Formats: sequence, C-alpha cells, structure tokens
Amino acid sequence: MSSADTHVHDDHEGRNYLNYPRGFLSWAFTLDHKRIGIMYLVAVLVAFFLGGMFAMLVRAELLTPGKTIMDADQYNIAFTMHGAIMIFLFMIPAIPAALGNFVLPLMLGAKDVAFPRLNLLSFWVYVAGTLLALYSLAVGGVDTGWTFYTPYSTTTNTAVISVTMAAFILGFSSIFTGINFIVTIHKLRPKEMSWFDMPLFLWSTYATSIIQILGTPVVAITLLLLAVEKGLKIGIFDPALGGDPVLFQHFFWFYSHPAVYLMILPAMGIMSELITCFGRKRIFGYKAIAFSSVAIAVIGFLIWGHHMYTSGQSALVGTIFSFLTSIVAIPSAIKAFNWMATLYKASVRFETPMLYAFSFLWLFLIGGLTGLFLATMATDVHLHDTYFIVAHFHYIMVGGALFGFLGGLHYWWPKMFGKMYNQRAALVGWLLSFSGFNLTFFVQFWIGQNGMPRRYYNYDPEFQLGNQISSIGAFLSAIGFFFIAAYLIHSLVKGKKASANPWGAASLEWQTASPPIPHNFSEEPKVMFAYDFQQWELKSEEEGYVLRDSRPPDDGSGEGRG
Amino acid sequence: MSDSYTVPKDAHGHPMNLQHHFDTPLQQFESGKMGMWIFLMTEILFFGGIFCAYSIFRAMHPEIFHYASQLLDWKMGAINTVVLICSSLTMAWSVRCAQLGQKQLLIIMLSLTIALAGVFMAVKYVEYSDKFAHGYLWGTHYTSPSAHDSKEGHAAGQEGEHAAASSAVSLPDSPEPKNVHLFFGIYFFMTGLHGVHVLGGMIAIGWLLLRAVKGHFGPGYATPVDAVGLYWHLVDLIWIFLFPLLYLIA
Repeated sequence: MSSADTHVHDDHEGRNYLNYPRGFLSWAFTLDHKRIGIMYLVAVLVAFFLGGMFAMLVRAELLTPGKTIMDADQYNIAFTMHGAIMIFLFMIPAIPAALGNFVLPLMLGAKDVAFPRLNLLSFWVYVAGTLLALYSLAVGGVDTGWTFYTPYSTTTNTAVISVTMAAFILGFSSIFTGINFIVTIHKLRPKEMSWFDMPLFLWSTYATSIIQILGTPVVAITLLLLAVEKGLKIGIFDPALGGDPVLFQHFFWFYSHPAVYLMILPAMGIMSELITCFGRKRIFGYKAIAFSSVAIAVIGFLIWGHHMYTSGQSALVGTIFSFLTSIVAIPSAIKAFNWMATLYKASVRFETPMLYAFSFLWLFLIGGLTGLFLATMATDVHLHDTYFIVAHFHYIMVGGALFGFLGGLHYWWPKMFGKMYNQRAALVGWLLSFSGFNLTFFVQFWIGQNGMPRRYYNYDPEFQLGNQISSIGAFLSAIGFFFIAAYLIHSLVKGKKASANPWGAASLEWQTASPPIPHNFSEEPKVMFAYDFQQWELKSEEEGYVLRDSRPPDDGSGEGRG
Repeated sequence: MSDSYTVPKDAHGHPMNLQHHFDTPLQQFESGKMGMWIFLMTEILFFGGIFCAYSIFRAMHPEIFHYASQLLDWKMGAINTVVLICSSLTMAWSVRCAQLGQKQLLIIMLSLTIALAGVFMAVKYVEYSDKFAHGYLWGTHYTSPSAHDSKEGHAAGQEGEHAAASSAVSLPDSPEPKNVHLFFGIYFFMTGLHGVHVLGGMIAIGWLLLRAVKGHFGPGYATPVDAVGLYWHLVDLIWIFLFPLLYLIA
C-alpha cells in the first residue's frame, strides 16, 4: 500500500483512468482492472442487445398461433439463440466480470486484481468465444435449445459444434475471472480489513467464484464430449451405439444448475450494498448473509437432479433431489429476511438504485416461491416443460439477476464515469422496464399452469390472449431498456459531475475520486467496516458525502485537497 | 526464501520482477502459488468429468472393459509411466535449481524434462498408430479383432502392415462382448486430452528454458518454475491414474 510515494505522477489534475493514457491500444492492452471492467461492460451490453432482439422475435412470432413472422425452424433457432446468448454471453459475465472487475479491487483498497494479465486474457478469450458464437449464428444458428440435449443435438444439422466450442471458450474466461477474484480477496485484502469487514458484495463474488472454478470445468468437458460425439461419433451419449443420453443431462446440469446461482449470487451481493446504503443503516445479520452466500454455492452443486424428474430417474433419487432443492430455499430466505430486517426503521431514500433493489426483493420473492412448486416432484410433473417454468426462471434471471445488475450499474455509474444521470428519466426507465417485465411473465404462470408447453411454435387458441399480453409486455420492457440506455449515454455527455461519494456509502471505492485515478487511490484509503455510515457526513456544497474529522475525499479536480 | 539473498532492485529502489500492485515479493509469490493451485483444481474437475463417465460405463459394462483393455499394450503404458515419473523428478530438481540459482543445472534439468515428455509422446504415437492399424477405434470406426485374422484389416493405413506385424498384443481368448468401441472412445478421449496437456506442458517448460538461459531465475524469483512444476506433476499424476484404469484391467 505504498502507492503515494512511488506514483505521485497520478495526482496530475484531471487525470483519471478513462482519459489517461489515451488511444485504442492503451485500452486493448490495458492491465487496469477498471478499463477491463468497462470493456466487459460494453461487450455484455452488446450481447444483451443481441439476445434481447431474439426475444423480441420470439414474442412477435407468438402473437398469433401458427405462422406470424417466421417458420417453425427459424423459431427454434430464435429461442435457442436467445437463451444461449443471454446465459453464456450476458448473465454469467455481466455482474462479476463487468461490475465486479471494476469495484472488487477498489473495495479492497488494492491497486489491481492479483493477476492483471490473466484478467486481460479473460476479456479477449470472452471476445473470441463471442466471435465464434456470432460465426455459428451466421452459418445458421442452433435449434436445440440452450441445453443442447442429446440425442437431438448430435443429429440436428445446425451449428452445434461451433456453438458448444464457443461456450467452451467462454468457460475459460469465466474460470480466469474466478481464479483472479479468489486470490485477490485472499491476498490483496489490507491487513486492517478482516473477512467480516468486507462489503457483502465481495462475499457473494467469492461464492460466485467458487462456482466458477468448480462448475465450469465440468461443463467444459461435457461440451467437449458433445462436440466429439457429434464430430467423431464416439457413441458415449448415443443409445444406438450403447451410450446414454441421460448421462449428458446429468453432466450438463451438474454445472448448469450451479450456474443459476452463479448468475443470482452477485445480484444478491449488490442487493446487500443497495439496501444498506439507501437505508443508511448498518446491515442486519452480516455473518448470516455472508455465510448464506457460501451455503448457496455449496448446496447449489447437490441439486441438479431436479431438472430431470421426468427423465426416468428413480423415485428415490427424485425424492433426495427434491429434499435438497427445498433446502436451498433456506439460505435464500435468510438473505431476504435480513434485508427486510435492515430496512426496518431505516431512513429509506428512493434513489434509482434503490428502486431496483425493491424490484429485486419482490421479483425474487415470486421467482423463489414458484421455485418451490417445481422443487416438489408431484407438482413438477404437472408443470414440467410448460410456460410456468419459463415464467419462474425469468423471474429469477431477469427479475433477480438483471434487475440486480441494473441496480448495480446505476449505483456505480457515477463512480465509473464521474457523471450523474437524470434521476427523473431513470424513474421512467425503471417504471417501463419493471411493468413491462411483470406484464410479460406474470401471465405466463397462468398459461403454463393451464398447459401451454414451452418451446412450442404453435398453440391452442385459448392461450392467445395470454400470449398477446406477454408479447406486449415484452415490447414495453424493450422500450424501457432502450430508454435506460439513452439517458445513461446522455449522462456521459451532459451529465452533472459526480462527487466522490454521492450516495453516502461506506465501502472503500467511494474514498477515491469519481472516476478514479489510474492507480485507484492517491492516498491510502481509510480502512473501516463496510457499513459504518457514521463515518460519512453530507456536505451539500459538494453534493456528496465526506469522511468525518478527516481529509475530504479526493475528487480528482484538486478542489477537495486541503 | 533465504534471508541472506538481496532482492535485485530497479533504479527506483523497487524490487525487480515485483508487479506494482503487490507490496512484497512474498505476497506476489503466495498469490501466484495460490492461483496455480486453484487452476489445478479446475484441471482435476475437468478430468473428473471424464473419469466419472469412465466409472459409469465401466460399472454398466464391465465385460467391455475387461475384454478391450487386453487389446492395449500394457508394456508401452508401463514404459510411459516410468518415463513420466522420471520427468517429474527432473522437474522437481529444476525447481530446486531455480531456487538456488544453479543456472547450468537448471538448463540441463529443464531440457531433460522436455526430452522425457518427448519420449512419452513418441511412445504414445507408436501406440496410437498400432491402434489405427488394427482399427481399434471409437464408434462406428471400430473393427473387431476377429475381422482381420486375414491380416488385411481394412482400417490399416500405409504403415498398417508394419505396425500390425510389430504389435506385441495377443488377442484375448474370451468371446467379444457388444459395443467394445465404447472403451476405445473413452480411451482415445482420455489419453488424447492427457496428451494435449503434455504438449501444453512441453510448451510451458520450453518457455521456462528460454527464461532460464536468459538468467531470469534465482533465489528471489522462481515462481514460474514452481508453478509450471506443479502443473507438470498434476499431468504426471493423471497418467498414473489412467495407466491402471485403462491398461491393467484384465
């Protein structure tokens, strides 16, 4: 932590990580975790746009039964590409690799992650995987669904090999990020900061990284086996050659169920930050929330079989998986109750990030409780492969992970770019996306419960009303997301300058300027408990908070230093 | 790390080889080592998937594994096991040389390790061409041993005759079960994946050799040798599991 003496040149006025050094190559070969985070952010948002466009195609097609805008084969490709892009290219890297890369070292008061070169490699490997995925799309896409179930995936003529190899390559990028984060939290944490002083976002990132390093290699070998099976016909998953297609399902879900927690855990970490910061109250049950993250990561590995109740596994195995699946509700509920306890008698400020935090609470509650219907074997056999499932996991993935991501993006945006967005525009954007989302998916519980199967191109006329409501909702949320993108981009140009700590949060990243200097901190940050809000007081002339009885935080403009 | 050794410093009094975000060489060393161990964990899980597939198929079809493993040449496998264990010794020795700053011996040991890895790959090549010559392959490419009693197996390439003649494997006397090709699918997948890791290791050790020649390693800085060494031992260890599981069933 002896940066102040060796890196005095960073203190040049107005110089920050965004504008120094300049040039394309200085970004492409940067080892700065903040720049890598920003590049990841741009990349995952492009992927989100692409995946979202496929979702629009799917919902447009489902406006009427039979053919609306595309034929059945094109429809299969559209929903497969929507799922594969959203999961592998957006949800998995979105929070850890984009937001996590930016804030994790800052939260630790460190200058970078433990392995900056590995971090850069992770980004370019992600780009390579994305390009391969786009290539697969250009040569016709895939129509298997994002799960690539055998034996269909080994017999269809679409680009299964290149898409699975794209996912294989993306797995490396995920593993590299996981290794980096675990080592960084262990080895670059300041001596004065104990494990229980850390922001809870770091605990959830740590748990996420555990899933990344333990789960991803298994899906990697599975996808490699699938590609070899398809390319060379080795017969391991092919019943005609003595192989077992259900083995593929076991292998696939061993990773892909934990992957669900990989997507939701970082969003839960963001929740802990938002609820405390905008409630201006110490977190209730710090250790319970911290350990429940790890518990979710561990239990998440034991419950993959609940995807396979109808695949012919024995009733005993099903019962065990059902039991274990219900158990994972406990750590999730621990988190939810602790957040609510934190909000009790808190002075809640409804700033934009907090709107997303409240959305998360409600949507995750609905997604979680409907999950219990599916964990129970008897009801799951009825609901299996219906729109009820689609609605359930979109409440977790979109309502949970995506709204968590948006909350985090709005929370750290001033830190990332040094600009404030228009809060009133943000309220409109939130209202559009939140109501659009609920309109889209709440009705799907109803049509699913009434028997509409997922992934079908055609449907009975009785489901038309539900499908149309759902499609209108989807278009509404798309408008909402475009609106959010518009005011965020607008803020980069015309936004008001953000102070070092506009929200009054107490974790270390708010002690440096917004945006931070290239080496993060011009002076050693004052290490403290991440939710010690008493240390910060509002200075209205600075439009932000400053540390009590101490030097004002460095805002990079030179004004704050006394 | 020896106390008497002084870490080389650059013009600013900053230890050389110490990246700017670490405080001390020790912190950097520990981070690097921890990162490597976590990476090895992912490797174990990566291979774990295919070991799991192996166990499931062996439990479901023990007769296939019993029969087909007799078509492998256990002597070749045994030679390769000895070769890899020797290479682990030379690798461990390299780490010691690097830590003590014995440049000449380090270069010799690293070269020996690469050479032994090369021997392993050469033996593997002989084995593979023998299997190709006999058509002991995966899936529909598999040819039953009974099909080329006439010594003109249709899967044989140009060197097929030679390889078939030199093959030391005698045919199993038990009757052939169904789906023997499954064993060879798993055999080629496992040993192929392992072979790719050996090649990767050779590249990494070659990189160490280049740096060793330039004199980069010494008591203050030997982390890359240490990390590649750990990787090499894991590759060795995986083979030690593969050998009995594939060759020594009958």
